[in-house]
Amino acid sequence: MGVLAELIKGLRVTGGTMLRTITGREMVTTPYPDVMREKPQRFHGRHVLNRYSDGMEKCIGCQLCAGACPADCIYVRGQDNDPENPVSPGERFGFVYEINLLRCIFCGLCVEACPTEAITMTHLFEMSTTNREDAIYTKETLLMDEKGRVPHMFPEDSLADLAELDTADGWLRATAPSGLASYQGTVMWRGTPGRGDWSPEPSQEVGDRSKDDSDG
Amino acid sequence: MTWAEIGIVLLRVLLTFGLLMTVTLVNVWLERKVLADMQSRIGPSRAGPWGILQTVADGLKLFFKESITPRKAELGMYILAPFLAVVPAFLIFMMVPWGRPFTLGGQEVALQGADLNIGLLFILAMSSLAVYAVVLAGWSSGSKYPLIGGVRATAQAISYEAAMGLAMVSVVVFSATQGDGGTLSLNEIVARQSGNWGDILPIFAWVPRWNIFPQIIAFVIFFIAIVAETNRAPFDLVEAEQEIVGGFHTEYSGMRFAMFFLAEYINIFSMSAVAATLFLGGWNGPTLEGIVPGLVSAVLPTLWFLMKTYLIVFLFIWIRATLPRLRYDQLMVLGWKGLIPTALIWLMVSTVVMGIRQFGLPWS
Repeated sequence: MGVLAELIKGLRVTGGTMLRTITGREMVTTPYPDVMREKPQRFHGRHVLNRYSDGMEKCIGCQLCAGACPADCIYVRGQDNDPENPVSPGERFGFVYEINLLRCIFCGLCVEACPTEAITMTHLFEMSTTNREDAIYTKETLLMDEKGRVPHMFPEDSLADLAELDTADGWLRATAPSGLASYQGTVMWRGTPGRGDWSPEPSQEVGDRSKDDSDG
Repeated sequence: MTWAEIGIVLLRVLLTFGLLMTVTLVNVWLERKVLADMQSRIGPSRAGPWGILQTVADGLKLFFKESITPRKAELGMYILAPFLAVVPAFLIFMMVPWGRPFTLGGQEVALQGADLNIGLLFILAMSSLAVYAVVLAGWSSGSKYPLIGGVRATAQAISYEAAMGLAMVSVVVFSATQGDGGTLSLNEIVARQSGNWGDILPIFAWVPRWNIFPQIIAFVIFFIAIVAETNRAPFDLVEAEQEIVGGFHTEYSGMRFAMFFLAEYINIFSMSAVAATLFLGGWNGPTLEGIVPGLVSAVLPTLWFLMKTYLIVFLFIWIRATLPRLRYDQLMVLGWKGLIPTALIWLMVSTVVMGIRQFGLPWS
Protein backbone atom coordinates (compact mmCIF):
# COMPACT_ATOMS: atom_id res chain seq x y z
CA MET A 1 0.00 0.00 0.00
CA GLY A 2 3.04 2.20 0.35
CA VAL A 3 3.25 2.37 -3.42
CA LEU A 4 -0.32 3.55 -3.63
CA ALA A 5 0.30 6.29 -1.07
CA GLU A 6 3.33 7.46 -3.05
CA LEU A 7 1.30 7.40 -6.26
CA ILE A 8 -1.40 9.56 -4.72
CA LYS A 9 1.25 11.91 -3.37
CA GLY A 10 2.68 12.30 -6.88
CA LEU A 11 -0.72 12.78 -8.45
CA ARG A 12 -1.47 15.47 -5.90
CA VAL A 13 1.67 17.37 -6.88
CA THR A 14 0.88 17.37 -10.59
CA GLY A 15 -2.84 17.94 -10.08
CA GLY A 16 -2.18 20.79 -7.68
CA THR A 17 0.25 22.40 -10.08
CA MET A 18 -2.32 22.14 -12.83
CA LEU A 19 -4.99 23.83 -10.72
CA ARG A 20 -2.58 26.59 -9.75
CA THR A 21 -1.56 27.11 -13.37
CA ILE A 22 -5.13 27.19 -14.67
CA THR A 23 -6.19 29.68 -12.03
CA GLY A 24 -3.16 31.81 -12.90
CA ARG A 25 -1.43 31.56 -9.55
CA GLU A 26 1.67 29.87 -10.93
CA MET A 27 3.22 30.15 -14.37
CA VAL A 28 6.89 29.77 -15.13
CA THR A 29 6.82 30.69 -18.80
CA THR A 30 5.41 33.78 -20.47
CA PRO A 31 3.71 33.85 -23.87
CA TYR A 32 6.67 35.32 -25.75
CA PRO A 33 6.58 37.54 -27.80
CA ASP A 34 3.26 38.92 -26.53
CA VAL A 35 4.68 39.23 -23.06
CA MET A 36 8.42 39.78 -22.65
CA ARG A 37 10.11 38.98 -19.38
CA GLU A 38 12.11 41.66 -17.73
CA LYS A 39 15.73 40.90 -18.40
CA PRO A 40 18.36 40.90 -15.68
CA GLN A 41 20.15 44.21 -15.30
CA ARG A 42 23.49 42.77 -16.40
CA PHE A 43 22.09 40.93 -19.39
CA HIS A 44 24.66 40.29 -22.12
CA GLY A 45 23.04 41.31 -25.38
CA ARG A 46 24.19 42.71 -28.70
CA HIS A 47 27.26 44.96 -28.68
CA VAL A 48 27.29 48.65 -29.40
CA LEU A 49 30.14 51.06 -30.16
CA ASN A 50 29.73 54.22 -28.12
CA ARG A 51 30.51 57.86 -28.75
CA TYR A 52 31.34 60.67 -26.38
CA SER A 53 28.58 63.19 -25.99
CA ASP A 54 30.42 65.61 -28.32
CA GLY A 55 30.08 63.05 -31.10
CA MET A 56 33.62 61.63 -31.03
CA GLU A 57 34.01 57.88 -31.32
CA LYS A 58 35.32 56.21 -28.20
CA CYS A 59 37.09 53.40 -30.07
CA ILE A 60 40.82 54.00 -30.55
CA GLY A 61 41.46 50.91 -32.65
CA CYS A 62 43.77 49.26 -30.09
CA GLN A 63 42.48 45.71 -30.81
CA LEU A 64 42.46 44.74 -27.14
CA CYS A 65 38.89 43.49 -27.53
CA ALA A 66 39.98 41.27 -30.43
CA GLY A 67 42.81 39.96 -28.30
CA ALA A 68 40.57 39.24 -25.34
CA CYS A 69 37.88 37.54 -27.40
CA PRO A 70 37.92 33.79 -26.63
CA ALA A 71 35.82 33.03 -29.68
CA ASP A 72 38.03 35.07 -31.97
CA CYS A 73 35.03 36.78 -33.48
CA ILE A 74 36.14 40.41 -33.40
CA TYR A 75 38.15 41.95 -36.22
CA VAL A 76 39.54 45.46 -35.68
CA ARG A 77 41.86 47.58 -37.77
CA GLY A 78 42.97 50.99 -36.54
CA GLN A 79 44.00 54.03 -38.51
CA ASP A 80 45.71 57.29 -37.65
CA ASN A 81 43.43 60.21 -37.02
CA ASP A 82 43.50 63.17 -39.31
CA PRO A 83 44.68 65.94 -36.90
CA GLU A 84 42.44 68.48 -38.60
CA ASN A 85 39.34 66.35 -38.47
CA PRO A 86 39.75 63.62 -35.85
CA VAL A 87 37.28 60.76 -35.50
CA SER A 88 38.33 59.91 -31.96
CA PRO A 89 40.08 61.94 -29.26
CA GLY A 90 43.25 59.83 -29.44
CA GLU A 91 45.91 59.28 -32.04
CA ARG A 92 44.11 56.48 -33.77
CA PHE A 93 40.54 55.35 -34.32
CA GLY A 94 38.80 52.10 -35.18
CA PHE A 95 38.76 52.07 -38.96
CA VAL A 96 37.31 48.60 -39.40
CA TYR A 97 35.24 46.98 -36.67
CA GLU A 98 33.48 43.68 -37.30
CA ILE A 99 31.90 41.20 -34.93
CA ASN A 100 30.81 37.81 -36.17
CA LEU A 101 27.79 37.22 -33.97
CA LEU A 102 27.49 33.62 -35.09
CA ARG A 103 30.76 32.98 -33.25
CA CYS A 104 30.25 35.37 -30.37
CA ILE A 105 29.54 33.67 -27.06
CA PHE A 106 28.43 36.89 -25.37
CA CYS A 107 30.95 36.52 -22.56
CA GLY A 108 31.57 40.24 -22.33
CA LEU A 109 35.37 39.98 -22.18
CA CYS A 110 35.65 42.57 -24.96
CA VAL A 111 33.74 44.99 -22.77
CA GLU A 112 36.09 44.30 -19.87
CA ALA A 113 39.17 44.65 -22.07
CA CYS A 114 38.22 47.95 -23.67
CA PRO A 115 40.32 50.78 -22.15
CA THR A 116 37.96 53.53 -23.30
CA GLU A 117 34.58 51.85 -22.70
CA ALA A 118 34.01 52.06 -26.42
CA ILE A 119 32.34 48.68 -26.74
CA THR A 120 29.51 47.82 -24.39
CA MET A 121 26.60 45.46 -24.49
CA THR A 122 22.90 46.19 -24.74
CA HIS A 123 19.83 44.16 -23.89
CA LEU A 124 18.98 43.24 -27.48
CA PHE A 125 18.98 39.52 -28.07
CA GLU A 126 16.65 38.96 -31.03
CA MET A 127 19.29 38.78 -33.73
CA SER A 128 18.24 35.88 -35.93
CA THR A 129 19.02 36.32 -39.59
CA THR A 130 18.23 34.40 -42.73
CA ASN A 131 21.78 34.38 -44.06
CA ARG A 132 25.24 34.26 -42.58
CA GLU A 133 26.42 37.60 -43.91
CA ASP A 134 23.77 39.43 -41.92
CA ALA A 135 25.22 37.96 -38.75
CA ILE A 136 28.54 39.75 -39.25
CA TYR A 137 27.98 43.17 -37.75
CA THR A 138 30.11 45.96 -39.13
CA LYS A 139 30.80 49.43 -37.86
CA GLU A 140 27.66 50.74 -39.57
CA THR A 141 25.40 48.54 -37.48
CA LEU A 142 27.43 48.66 -34.26
CA LEU A 143 28.23 52.34 -33.95
CA MET A 144 25.66 54.65 -32.43
CA ASP A 145 24.88 57.82 -34.37
CA GLU A 146 25.85 61.30 -33.23
CA LYS A 147 22.60 61.69 -31.36
CA GLY A 148 23.32 58.52 -29.37
CA ARG A 149 20.83 56.29 -31.13
CA VAL A 150 21.96 52.74 -31.82
CA PRO A 151 21.04 51.31 -35.24
CA HIS A 152 18.88 48.21 -35.35
CA MET A 153 19.42 45.65 -38.11
CA PHE A 154 15.72 45.18 -38.76
CA PRO A 155 13.96 48.20 -37.27
CA GLU A 156 10.70 47.40 -39.06
CA ASP A 157 10.54 43.90 -37.57
CA SER A 158 7.51 43.33 -35.37
CA LEU A 159 9.77 41.96 -32.65
CA ALA A 160 12.18 44.88 -32.73
CA ASP A 161 12.27 46.57 -29.36
CA LEU A 162 14.43 49.63 -29.90
CA ALA A 163 14.49 50.38 -26.18
CA GLU A 164 16.62 47.27 -25.68
CA LEU A 165 19.42 48.96 -27.58
CA ASP A 166 19.39 51.91 -25.21
CA THR A 167 19.79 49.73 -22.15
CA ALA A 168 23.34 49.07 -21.09
CA ASP A 169 24.20 45.64 -19.78
CA GLY A 170 24.95 47.07 -16.35
CA TRP A 171 28.39 45.52 -16.13
CA LEU A 172 30.00 48.89 -16.49
CA ARG A 173 27.70 50.48 -14.00
CA ALA A 174 28.49 47.81 -11.44
CA THR A 175 32.24 47.55 -11.87
CA ALA A 176 33.42 50.87 -10.63
CA PRO A 177 37.02 52.13 -11.02
CA SER A 178 37.84 50.95 -7.50
CA GLY A 179 36.82 47.44 -8.44
CA LEU A 180 34.08 47.32 -5.84
CA ALA A 181 30.63 46.44 -7.07
CA SER A 182 29.13 48.53 -4.31
CA TYR A 183 31.20 51.61 -5.24
CA GLN A 184 29.11 54.70 -4.61
CA GLY A 185 31.43 57.52 -5.64
CA THR A 186 31.41 59.45 -8.86
CA VAL A 187 31.49 57.25 -11.90
CA MET A 188 34.08 58.56 -14.32
CA TRP A 189 32.66 57.23 -17.53
CA ARG A 190 29.42 56.96 -19.34
CA GLY A 191 28.84 53.28 -20.15
CA THR A 192 25.32 53.50 -21.34
CA PRO A 193 24.54 53.95 -24.98
CA GLY A 194 22.31 56.85 -25.76
CA ARG A 195 21.72 60.03 -23.86
CA GLY A 196 19.18 58.62 -21.42
CA ASP A 197 19.42 58.32 -17.68
CA TRP A 198 19.52 54.94 -15.98
CA SER A 199 18.33 53.63 -12.68
CA PRO A 200 20.92 53.09 -9.95
CA GLU A 201 22.20 49.71 -8.89
CA PRO A 202 20.36 48.30 -5.87
CA SER A 203 23.02 49.50 -3.41
CA GLN A 204 23.60 52.88 -5.03
CA GLU A 205 21.69 56.05 -4.35
CA VAL A 206 20.28 58.30 -7.04
CA GLY A 207 22.43 61.23 -5.97
CA ASP A 208 25.63 59.35 -6.70
CA ARG A 209 25.27 59.81 -10.41
CA SER A 210 25.27 63.59 -10.34
CA LYS A 211 28.67 63.89 -12.03
CA ASP A 212 28.20 61.08 -14.54
CA ASP A 213 28.66 63.26 -17.56
CA SER A 214 31.81 64.96 -16.24
CA ASP A 215 34.04 63.28 -18.84
CA GLY A 216 31.68 63.78 -21.77
CA MET B 1 -29.91 -6.00 -48.23
CA THR B 2 -31.64 -2.88 -49.43
CA TRP B 3 -29.97 0.35 -50.40
CA ALA B 4 -31.33 2.00 -47.30
CA GLU B 5 -29.64 -0.58 -45.11
CA ILE B 6 -26.33 -0.16 -46.94
CA GLY B 7 -26.64 3.58 -46.55
CA ILE B 8 -27.22 3.26 -42.83
CA VAL B 9 -24.22 1.00 -42.40
CA LEU B 10 -22.13 3.53 -44.29
CA LEU B 11 -23.54 6.34 -42.18
CA ARG B 12 -22.71 4.49 -38.98
CA VAL B 13 -19.15 3.79 -40.02
CA LEU B 14 -18.57 7.31 -41.31
CA LEU B 15 -20.03 8.90 -38.20
CA THR B 16 -17.84 6.74 -35.97
CA PHE B 17 -14.79 7.44 -38.11
CA GLY B 18 -15.49 11.17 -38.09
CA LEU B 19 -15.93 11.20 -34.33
CA LEU B 20 -12.70 9.30 -33.84
CA MET B 21 -10.68 11.61 -36.08
CA THR B 22 -12.10 14.71 -34.42
CA VAL B 23 -11.45 13.55 -30.88
CA THR B 24 -7.95 12.43 -31.83
CA LEU B 25 -7.12 15.90 -33.09
CA VAL B 26 -8.48 17.31 -29.86
CA ASN B 27 -6.72 14.69 -27.74
CA VAL B 28 -3.23 15.52 -28.98
CA TRP B 29 -3.86 19.16 -28.22
CA LEU B 30 -5.48 18.31 -24.88
CA GLU B 31 -2.55 16.20 -23.79
CA ARG B 32 -0.04 18.90 -24.63
CA LYS B 33 -2.13 21.53 -22.91
CA VAL B 34 -2.75 19.48 -19.75
CA LEU B 35 0.90 18.47 -19.55
CA ALA B 36 1.86 22.11 -19.91
CA ASP B 37 -0.49 23.08 -17.11
CA MET B 38 0.93 20.38 -14.89
CA GLN B 39 4.41 21.73 -15.51
CA SER B 40 3.50 25.42 -15.07
CA ARG B 41 3.92 26.07 -18.77
CA ILE B 42 1.59 27.55 -21.37
CA GLY B 43 1.59 24.86 -24.02
CA PRO B 44 0.52 25.31 -27.64
CA SER B 45 -1.06 28.73 -28.01
CA ARG B 46 -0.26 30.06 -31.47
CA ALA B 47 -2.35 28.04 -33.95
CA GLY B 48 -5.99 28.98 -33.63
CA PRO B 49 -7.76 29.92 -30.41
CA TRP B 50 -5.87 28.44 -27.43
CA GLY B 51 -3.67 26.66 -29.98
CA ILE B 52 -6.41 24.15 -30.72
CA LEU B 53 -5.33 23.85 -34.37
CA GLN B 54 -1.80 22.85 -33.37
CA THR B 55 -2.46 19.22 -34.29
CA VAL B 56 -3.65 20.23 -37.74
CA ALA B 57 -0.52 22.31 -38.23
CA ASP B 58 1.72 19.46 -37.06
CA GLY B 59 -0.12 16.99 -39.27
CA LEU B 60 0.25 19.22 -42.32
CA LYS B 61 3.92 19.68 -41.58
CA LEU B 62 4.52 15.95 -41.29
CA PHE B 63 2.51 15.36 -44.46
CA PHE B 64 4.93 17.46 -46.48
CA LYS B 65 8.05 15.94 -44.94
CA GLU B 66 10.13 13.34 -46.67
CA SER B 67 9.55 9.75 -45.58
CA ILE B 68 13.08 8.47 -45.24
CA THR B 69 13.74 4.78 -45.81
CA PRO B 70 16.87 3.33 -44.16
CA ARG B 71 19.12 1.37 -46.50
CA LYS B 72 18.91 -1.81 -44.40
CA ALA B 73 15.12 -1.70 -44.00
CA GLU B 74 12.95 -4.67 -44.97
CA LEU B 75 10.97 -2.56 -47.34
CA GLY B 76 7.63 -4.39 -47.47
CA MET B 77 7.22 -4.67 -43.71
CA TYR B 78 8.69 -1.24 -43.18
CA ILE B 79 5.97 0.36 -45.29
CA LEU B 80 3.21 -1.91 -44.00
CA ALA B 81 3.87 -1.41 -40.27
CA PRO B 82 2.36 2.10 -39.89
CA PHE B 83 -0.87 0.88 -41.50
CA LEU B 84 -0.88 -2.14 -39.21
CA ALA B 85 -0.73 0.30 -36.31
CA VAL B 86 -3.60 2.50 -37.44
CA VAL B 87 -6.10 -0.12 -38.63
CA PRO B 88 -6.52 -2.06 -35.34
CA ALA B 89 -6.74 1.23 -33.46
CA PHE B 90 -9.69 2.22 -35.62
CA LEU B 91 -11.31 -1.21 -35.47
CA ILE B 92 -11.29 -1.25 -31.67
CA PHE B 93 -13.38 1.88 -31.55
CA MET B 94 -15.77 0.48 -34.18
CA MET B 95 -17.06 -1.90 -31.50
CA VAL B 96 -17.89 0.78 -28.95
CA PRO B 97 -21.45 2.13 -28.82
CA TRP B 98 -21.13 5.88 -28.37
CA GLY B 99 -24.73 7.07 -28.30
CA ARG B 100 -28.36 6.06 -28.05
CA PRO B 101 -29.75 4.57 -31.28
CA PHE B 102 -32.07 6.89 -33.18
CA THR B 103 -34.50 6.29 -36.03
CA LEU B 104 -33.91 7.77 -39.44
CA GLY B 105 -36.63 7.28 -42.05
CA GLY B 106 -38.04 4.20 -40.33
CA GLN B 107 -34.61 2.59 -39.96
CA GLU B 108 -32.87 2.35 -36.61
CA VAL B 109 -29.38 3.80 -36.66
CA ALA B 110 -27.14 2.59 -33.84
CA LEU B 111 -24.31 4.97 -33.04
CA GLN B 112 -21.70 2.25 -33.20
CA GLY B 113 -19.45 1.10 -36.00
CA ALA B 114 -20.62 -2.50 -35.81
CA ASP B 115 -22.51 -4.44 -33.16
CA LEU B 116 -20.74 -7.80 -33.07
CA ASN B 117 -22.02 -10.33 -30.57
CA ILE B 118 -18.36 -11.15 -29.84
CA GLY B 119 -17.41 -7.51 -29.49
CA LEU B 120 -15.10 -7.98 -26.50
CA LEU B 121 -13.21 -10.84 -28.13
CA PHE B 122 -12.78 -8.69 -31.22
CA ILE B 123 -11.36 -5.89 -29.10
CA LEU B 124 -8.90 -8.29 -27.47
CA ALA B 125 -7.88 -9.62 -30.88
CA MET B 126 -7.35 -6.14 -32.29
CA SER B 127 -5.36 -4.93 -29.33
CA SER B 128 -3.09 -7.93 -29.76
CA LEU B 129 -2.72 -7.15 -33.45
CA ALA B 130 -1.68 -3.61 -32.65
CA VAL B 131 1.46 -5.01 -31.05
CA TYR B 132 2.47 -6.57 -34.35
CA ALA B 133 2.81 -3.13 -35.87
CA VAL B 134 5.31 -2.15 -33.20
CA VAL B 135 7.26 -5.38 -33.42
CA LEU B 136 7.36 -5.37 -37.22
CA ALA B 137 8.30 -1.69 -37.34
CA GLY B 138 11.12 -2.35 -34.92
CA TRP B 139 12.39 -5.37 -36.78
CA SER B 140 12.02 -4.06 -40.33
CA SER B 141 13.82 -0.78 -39.65
CA GLY B 142 17.14 -2.64 -39.76
CA SER B 143 18.50 -0.62 -36.87
CA LYS B 144 19.41 -1.58 -33.33
CA TYR B 145 17.30 0.77 -31.22
CA PRO B 146 14.05 0.05 -33.05
CA LEU B 147 14.81 -3.64 -32.68
CA ILE B 148 15.21 -3.30 -28.92
CA GLY B 149 11.94 -1.38 -28.82
CA GLY B 150 10.20 -4.09 -30.82
CA VAL B 151 11.48 -6.85 -28.55
CA ARG B 152 10.34 -4.91 -25.50
CA ALA B 153 6.91 -4.52 -27.11
CA THR B 154 6.48 -8.30 -27.40
CA ALA B 155 7.36 -8.90 -23.76
CA GLN B 156 5.17 -6.07 -22.59
CA ALA B 157 2.21 -7.13 -24.67
CA ILE B 158 2.35 -10.73 -23.45
CA SER B 159 2.58 -9.62 -19.83
CA TYR B 160 -0.26 -7.14 -19.87
CA GLU B 161 -2.60 -8.69 -22.43
CA ALA B 162 -3.28 -11.47 -19.93
CA ALA B 163 -4.15 -9.11 -17.10
CA MET B 164 -6.35 -7.06 -19.40
CA GLY B 165 -8.20 -10.16 -20.61
CA LEU B 166 -8.72 -11.42 -17.06
CA ALA B 167 -10.10 -8.08 -15.94
CA MET B 168 -12.48 -8.17 -18.91
CA VAL B 169 -13.57 -11.69 -17.99
CA SER B 170 -14.50 -10.49 -14.50
CA VAL B 171 -16.77 -7.91 -16.08
CA VAL B 172 -18.26 -10.44 -18.46
CA VAL B 173 -18.99 -12.86 -15.60
CA PHE B 174 -20.49 -10.09 -13.55
CA SER B 175 -22.47 -8.79 -16.49
CA ALA B 176 -23.88 -12.26 -17.10
CA THR B 177 -25.60 -12.12 -13.72
CA GLN B 178 -27.13 -8.75 -14.51
CA GLY B 179 -29.34 -9.92 -17.33
CA ASP B 180 -30.48 -12.92 -19.30
CA GLY B 181 -27.35 -15.02 -19.76
CA GLY B 182 -23.80 -14.01 -20.58
CA THR B 183 -22.90 -11.63 -23.37
CA LEU B 184 -19.80 -10.31 -25.10
CA SER B 185 -21.67 -7.61 -27.01
CA LEU B 186 -20.72 -4.16 -25.82
CA ASN B 187 -24.17 -2.88 -26.65
CA GLU B 188 -25.71 -5.43 -24.30
CA ILE B 189 -23.13 -4.74 -21.57
CA VAL B 190 -24.01 -1.05 -21.75
CA ALA B 191 -27.74 -1.81 -21.64
CA ARG B 192 -27.24 -3.89 -18.48
CA GLN B 193 -25.63 -0.91 -16.73
CA SER B 194 -28.72 1.33 -16.92
CA GLY B 195 -30.62 2.01 -13.73
CA ASN B 196 -29.20 2.15 -10.23
CA TRP B 197 -28.05 -0.06 -7.36
CA GLY B 198 -31.21 0.55 -5.35
CA ASP B 199 -32.09 -3.16 -5.34
CA ILE B 200 -28.99 -4.07 -3.30
CA LEU B 201 -29.61 -1.53 -0.57
CA PRO B 202 -32.21 1.27 -0.73
CA ILE B 203 -29.59 3.88 0.20
CA PHE B 204 -27.75 3.09 -3.05
CA ALA B 205 -30.70 4.27 -5.12
CA TRP B 206 -28.75 7.30 -6.28
CA VAL B 207 -25.72 5.27 -7.38
CA PRO B 208 -25.82 4.46 -11.11
CA ARG B 209 -25.69 0.76 -11.95
CA TRP B 210 -22.16 0.91 -13.33
CA ASN B 211 -19.88 -2.08 -13.22
CA ILE B 212 -17.10 -0.06 -11.61
CA PHE B 213 -18.73 -0.20 -8.15
CA PRO B 214 -18.76 -3.99 -7.72
CA GLN B 215 -15.74 -4.44 -10.02
CA ILE B 216 -13.44 -1.69 -8.77
CA ILE B 217 -10.41 -3.98 -8.58
CA ALA B 218 -11.01 -5.21 -12.12
CA PHE B 219 -11.21 -1.58 -13.20
CA VAL B 220 -7.86 -0.73 -11.62
CA ILE B 221 -6.22 -3.77 -13.22
CA PHE B 222 -7.85 -2.99 -16.56
CA PHE B 223 -6.73 0.62 -16.42
CA ILE B 224 -3.10 -0.26 -15.66
CA ALA B 225 -3.19 -2.88 -18.41
CA ILE B 226 -4.53 -0.50 -21.04
CA VAL B 227 -1.91 2.09 -20.15
CA ALA B 228 0.68 -0.63 -20.78
CA GLU B 229 -1.11 -1.83 -23.92
CA THR B 230 -1.06 1.62 -25.49
CA ASN B 231 2.64 2.01 -24.59
CA ARG B 232 2.06 5.12 -22.56
CA ALA B 233 4.15 6.48 -19.72
CA PRO B 234 5.04 5.02 -17.24
CA PHE B 235 5.02 1.91 -19.44
CA ASP B 236 6.52 3.50 -22.55
CA LEU B 237 9.59 1.30 -22.61
CA VAL B 238 8.85 0.63 -26.25
CA GLU B 239 9.58 4.24 -27.13
CA ALA B 240 11.76 5.37 -24.23
CA GLU B 241 13.38 8.40 -25.81
CA GLN B 242 16.09 8.59 -23.17
CA GLU B 243 17.29 5.00 -23.57
CA ILE B 244 16.55 3.84 -27.09
CA VAL B 245 16.05 7.14 -28.90
CA GLY B 246 12.47 6.65 -30.11
CA GLY B 247 12.20 2.89 -29.98
CA PHE B 248 10.27 1.36 -32.83
CA HIS B 249 9.68 4.66 -34.64
CA THR B 250 13.26 5.91 -34.58
CA GLU B 251 13.72 5.33 -38.30
CA TYR B 252 10.31 6.59 -39.33
CA SER B 253 9.68 10.09 -40.55
CA GLY B 254 7.08 12.11 -42.39
CA MET B 255 3.64 10.64 -42.87
CA ARG B 256 4.71 7.17 -41.74
CA PHE B 257 5.71 8.55 -38.38
CA ALA B 258 2.51 10.56 -38.27
CA MET B 259 0.54 7.34 -38.62
CA PHE B 260 2.26 5.79 -35.60
CA PHE B 261 1.57 8.96 -33.69
CA LEU B 262 -2.05 8.93 -34.82
CA ALA B 263 -2.39 5.27 -33.87
CA GLU B 264 -1.12 5.94 -30.36
CA TYR B 265 -3.69 8.63 -29.76
CA ILE B 266 -6.52 6.72 -31.38
CA ASN B 267 -5.57 3.77 -29.18
CA ILE B 268 -5.71 5.92 -26.06
CA PHE B 269 -9.16 7.11 -26.95
CA SER B 270 -10.40 3.70 -28.07
CA MET B 271 -9.13 1.98 -24.95
CA SER B 272 -10.55 4.72 -22.72
CA ALA B 273 -13.85 4.30 -24.54
CA VAL B 274 -13.75 0.54 -23.90
CA ALA B 275 -13.01 1.18 -20.24
CA ALA B 276 -15.85 3.69 -20.02
CA THR B 277 -18.16 1.20 -21.72
CA LEU B 278 -17.23 -1.76 -19.54
CA PHE B 279 -17.02 0.00 -16.19
CA LEU B 280 -18.66 3.43 -16.34
CA GLY B 281 -21.92 2.52 -18.06
CA GLY B 282 -21.07 3.70 -21.58
CA TRP B 283 -23.56 6.24 -22.83
CA ASN B 284 -25.96 5.66 -19.94
CA GLY B 285 -26.94 8.78 -18.09
CA PRO B 286 -29.85 11.09 -17.46
CA THR B 287 -31.30 12.13 -20.83
CA LEU B 288 -33.72 14.64 -19.22
CA GLU B 289 -36.43 13.48 -21.60
CA GLY B 290 -39.43 15.79 -21.58
CA ILE B 291 -37.51 18.53 -19.77
CA VAL B 292 -35.25 19.57 -22.67
CA PRO B 293 -35.96 19.53 -26.44
CA GLY B 294 -35.90 16.14 -28.14
CA LEU B 295 -32.73 16.85 -30.07
CA VAL B 296 -30.81 17.70 -26.89
CA SER B 297 -31.91 14.55 -25.12
CA ALA B 298 -30.86 12.57 -28.20
CA VAL B 299 -27.37 14.07 -28.08
CA LEU B 300 -26.98 13.85 -24.30
CA PRO B 301 -26.03 10.13 -24.20
CA THR B 302 -23.14 10.86 -26.56
CA LEU B 303 -22.09 13.68 -24.29
CA TRP B 304 -22.18 11.39 -21.26
CA PHE B 305 -20.10 8.87 -23.15
CA LEU B 306 -17.54 11.49 -24.15
CA MET B 307 -17.37 12.84 -20.61
CA LYS B 308 -16.69 9.41 -19.15
CA THR B 309 -14.13 8.63 -21.82
CA TYR B 310 -12.35 11.92 -21.35
CA LEU B 311 -12.24 11.29 -17.63
CA ILE B 312 -10.11 8.22 -18.36
CA VAL B 313 -8.11 10.02 -21.06
CA PHE B 314 -7.35 12.69 -18.49
CA LEU B 315 -6.24 9.99 -16.07
CA PHE B 316 -3.87 8.74 -18.79
CA ILE B 317 -2.35 12.21 -19.12
CA TRP B 318 -2.24 12.78 -15.39
CA ILE B 319 -0.39 9.51 -14.85
CA ARG B 320 2.01 10.40 -17.63
CA ALA B 321 2.79 13.75 -16.06
CA THR B 322 3.35 12.15 -12.68
CA LEU B 323 5.18 8.85 -12.91
CA PRO B 324 8.69 8.14 -14.16
CA ARG B 325 9.21 5.24 -16.54
CA LEU B 326 9.45 1.76 -15.06
CA ARG B 327 12.59 -0.28 -15.41
CA TYR B 328 12.24 -3.41 -17.53
CA ASP B 329 12.30 -5.80 -14.56
CA GLN B 330 9.87 -3.62 -12.61
CA LEU B 331 7.51 -3.83 -15.56
CA MET B 332 7.71 -7.60 -15.53
CA VAL B 333 7.30 -7.83 -11.74
CA LEU B 334 4.24 -5.61 -11.81
CA GLY B 335 2.73 -7.61 -14.65
CA TRP B 336 3.42 -11.18 -13.61
CA LYS B 337 3.63 -10.94 -9.82
CA GLY B 338 1.15 -8.13 -9.34
CA LEU B 339 -1.57 -7.77 -11.89
CA ILE B 340 -2.06 -11.31 -13.17
CA PRO B 341 -2.35 -13.00 -9.73
CA THR B 342 -4.59 -10.19 -8.49
CA ALA B 343 -6.76 -10.48 -11.58
CA LEU B 344 -7.00 -14.28 -11.17
CA ILE B 345 -7.91 -14.06 -7.49
CA TRP B 346 -10.39 -11.29 -8.17
CA LEU B 347 -11.97 -13.31 -10.97
CA MET B 348 -12.32 -16.29 -8.61
CA VAL B 349 -13.74 -14.23 -5.77
CA SER B 350 -16.19 -12.35 -7.92
CA THR B 351 -17.28 -15.54 -9.70
CA VAL B 352 -17.91 -17.31 -6.39
CA VAL B 353 -19.83 -14.36 -5.00
CA MET B 354 -21.89 -14.08 -8.15
CA GLY B 355 -22.58 -17.78 -8.15
CA ILE B 356 -23.75 -17.72 -4.55
CA ARG B 357 -25.92 -14.70 -5.22
CA GLN B 358 -27.53 -16.31 -8.21
CA PHE B 359 -27.80 -19.97 -7.23
CA GLY B 360 -27.56 -19.83 -3.43
CA LEU B 361 -25.03 -21.63 -1.26
CA PRO B 362 -23.99 -25.00 -2.67
CA TRP B 363 -25.08 -26.88 0.46
CA SER B 364 -28.45 -25.26 0.83
